[in-house]
Amino acid sequence: MTWVKKKQLIENLAEILPTSSILSTEEELKPYECDGLSVYRQVPALVVLPETVQQVQEILKLCFAESVEVVARGAGTGLSGGAMPLENAVVLSLAKFNHILQINELGRTAVVEPGVRNLAISQAVDHLGLYYAPDPSSQIACTIGGNVAENSGGVHCLKYGLTVHNVLGLKMLSMEGELIELGGAALDAEGYDLLALMHGSEGLLGVIVEITVKLLPKPELAQVVMAAFDDVEKAGQAVADIIAAGIVPAGLEMMDHLAIRAAEAFVHAGYPTGAQAIILCEIDGTTEGVGDYIVAVEQVLNQAGATELRISGNEAERLQLWAGRKAAFPAVGRLAPDYYCMDGTIPKAALPSVLRQITQWSKEYELPVANVFHAGDGNMHPLILYDANKAGELERTEEFGARILELCVQSGGSITGEHGVGIEKLDSMCLQFGAMELQHFFAVKNAFDPAGLLNPGKAVPSLHRCAELGRMHVHNGELPHPELERF
Amino acid sequence: MHESILRQQVEDAYKMGAALNIVGGDSKSWYGREVAGEPLHVDGNTGIISYEPTELVITARAGTKLSELTAALDEQRQRLPFDPPCFGESATLGGTVSCGFSGPRRPYAGSCRDFVLGCRMINGKGEVLSFGGQVMKNVAGFDVSRLMAGSLGTLGLLLEVSLKVLPHRQAEQTLVVEADFAEAVTMMNHWAGTPLPVTAMAADGELVYFRICGTHSSVKKSAAQIGGTIYVDGLNLWKDIREHQLPFFNDGRPLWRLSLPSDAAHAALADAVMSDKTDWFIGWGGAQRWLKSDLPAEQIFALAKRAGGHAALFRGGDRSAEVFSALPEAQMLLHKRLKEAFDPKGIFNPGRMYRGL
Ligand SMILES: Cc1cc2nc3c(=O)[nH]c(=O)nc-3n(C[C@H](O)[C@H](O)[C@H](O)COP(=O)(O)OP(=O)(O)OC[C@H]3O[C@@H](n4cnc5c(N)ncnc54)[C@H](O)[C@@H]3O)c2cc1C
Repeated sequence: MTWVKKKQLIENLAEILPTSSILSTEEELKPYECDGLSVYRQVPALVVLPETVQQVQEILKLCFAESVEVVARGAGTGLSGGAMPLENAVVLSLAKFNHILQINELGRTAVVEPGVRNLAISQAVDHLGLYYAPDPSSQIACTIGGNVAENSGGVHCLKYGLTVHNVLGLKMLSMEGELIELGGAALDAEGYDLLALMHGSEGLLGVIVEITVKLLPKPELAQVVMAAFDDVEKAGQAVADIIAAGIVPAGLEMMDHLAIRAAEAFVHAGYPTGAQAIILCEIDGTTEGVGDYIVAVEQVLNQAGATELRISGNEAERLQLWAGRKAAFPAVGRLAPDYYCMDGTIPKAALPSVLRQITQWSKEYELPVANVFHAGDGNMHPLILYDANKAGELERTEEFGARILELCVQSGGSITGEHGVGIEKLDSMCLQFGAMELQHFFAVKNAFDPAGLLNPGKAVPSLHRCAELGRMHVHNGELPHPELERF
Repeated sequence: MHESILRQQVEDAYKMGAALNIVGGDSKSWYGREVAGEPLHVDGNTGIISYEPTELVITARAGTKLSELTAALDEQRQRLPFDPPCFGESATLGGTVSCGFSGPRRPYAGSCRDFVLGCRMINGKGEVLSFGGQVMKNVAGFDVSRLMAGSLGTLGLLLEVSLKVLPHRQAEQTLVVEADFAEAVTMMNHWAGTPLPVTAMAADGELVYFRICGTHSSVKKSAAQIGGTIYVDGLNLWKDIREHQLPFFNDGRPLWRLSLPSDAAHAALADAVMSDKTDWFIGWGGAQRWLKSDLPAEQIFALAKRAGGHAALFRGGDRSAEVFSALPEAQMLLHKRLKEAFDPKGIFNPGRMYRGL
């Protein structure tokens, strides 16, 4: 952005916002240069911190009129570069939208601003015996607006679903500054399910300014079983056995040897450090139901060859068993200067073969991998350990990561289960979708943001990009879009 | 095989700009607005493509009968969590997803679109597209497959759908408690806010019906807490509610569906349309209110809006006029642009959802 344009923009913004809410100096902008995926960095032209919907509306109208790109930002904990700024963009921080507007105890809903932290919702309704179910590990920091934009999950989404299953309505602003209300407190809305479409849209379709979430009654009891295995494949089979027994655990997680050791050293959760894998299986519900299912889970795990079982006897023990899993990322982060978190999903049946291949590649690339999974829903988080200061290591890591994602697609899965595509997985998108699908994604983008100013260049790769990589899919033997130049 | 025929038919219609009326099992042709267009029969595109019970995912061609699907799941002691109504033997998977219908379990388990994981479809140019996938978690690309749910076939022709499935309950019991509508709404919301495993609630103005599902011991304990009396044939009761087989639904007057906040006060609604000619039945724990009424559509749309929701003329009445609550202008614009993106010549079910869409 030219100096003149930027100066003009600041002047215009100053008519909408107090100058303290407009950040423009290098020192002010620096903290916004990346999100949770810090290998991608870009200082934006400006950052604005509005606090009313009307201000956001006017900012958008101004940016629309001036053809200035806008990147919405929650807490910046995203792991795919979704909130990473663009050089000529205004970063629209929703940090000041941190109020819970309404809590309806009888109807079990809450209306919140997008900058409210995920955990803050559950805390605010705790005294009513209610909570907000999706619990990403980043829940103390990440915002509900970011959760909607990424369709975030958590360790309890096998039973309680993702963000999309727990949001009833939202208010958003289009790039033109038009207020659009989708859904509300009812269970569905008239017309197309645009509410579903907004989930996981990564800031490309609109700026979310208000959200109505569903609240659930807290279960009477939750108990977790920790099972240790001397073999990862046995643990993988045990996960399938639990499902086959007709049990839907509230959470069903798995960690491998390296992840167990790292977590144990970090938080002393009491994990057996000699195990090749552990499973954490949480059952919640009524006291009676939990009792019945825990017995069933124990039986299944013993039959599957667990070498050790531990069942939480009280809430403190339950939280302790979870502490290791919840702190797995930072714990693994202590093993090496850097780590790279992958987020592919696979059918559970493919787990053994995918793990074997990852182990093999780990040796070839000479990069250790710690594996943490949302095993119940096939969402893997291989964490590749590396040192960005060593020449070429980041590149090797990214290549290794891309191969893992390719393997996930080949195994019938997806390149991302919950972290989103952002800037990071654009190339891998070319593997999962053909040109025709990508074109329709652009058509969706175009329907919401014809000027292409909302977080452009993220989430969906251009056809040119895919063609350059030689990764364009060929449908029915025809090369799509022969009119497009290929490189 | 069948797919290539369908594709050819769509391509031909695209070339000629001829409207198509997509027909699955023809069990729900009464739903939505009237469509002019050449019938395009898609019920020949059948068969379960993959089903691995431990993955909790089933993929089937869209013309597969719902009954075939549920039978296959039943064999593995699994079910479609959203409990869809069939409204007839011939109901297909594609028709069910296109209508976005969910049954009594919906408020507690989730809706049809909640369980859609992926789809293959033909767009309005005859191109085959594939969105989502066959895994439970997948945030790659915009969620077009969920958008297809409830779009009434106006965005594309579904070829295959992948759904998340869940295990069957171990035990269930239905209880009845005496209550008028106002008391019922409070009661249903109260129990929904407790940890009891309630999986369906409905009220007819005299009684409230509760269904509890879970392990034997948890059902027994929960039943004792809710109280009331045991309803012996619960299984058929919920089926009749789901399939609109209760005497309430057997009536010549137009049937309206009001989708409202579950705690919307019933008295305010009932007073607004007070007449001998209206009757109510409440489902979904208060979130779905069925109204039989000859009152003008405008009045009912306005009523639903005031109560914080929307209305649909579900069965009967004037299907040449609008049958769904009007969309605000900005939203209608988005609808038109999406329609244009997927079906540029507007050949699929034109006007089935809204006039001009
Ligand atoms: C340690 C750690 C653990 C994590 N664990 C999990 C996990 O278990 N599960 C999981 O799913 N994720 C996890 N994440 C990823 C991340 O926390 C989530 O993606 C989260 O939802 C991002 O929220 P945020 O407020 O930080 O959004 P940001 O990172 O600020 O933004 C994310 C995207 O949302 C867009 N956006 C933000 N707010 C809005 C808005 N109001 N309107 C429109 N678009 C908006 C941005 O443009 C961007 O594209 C983890 C991250 C970390 C660092």
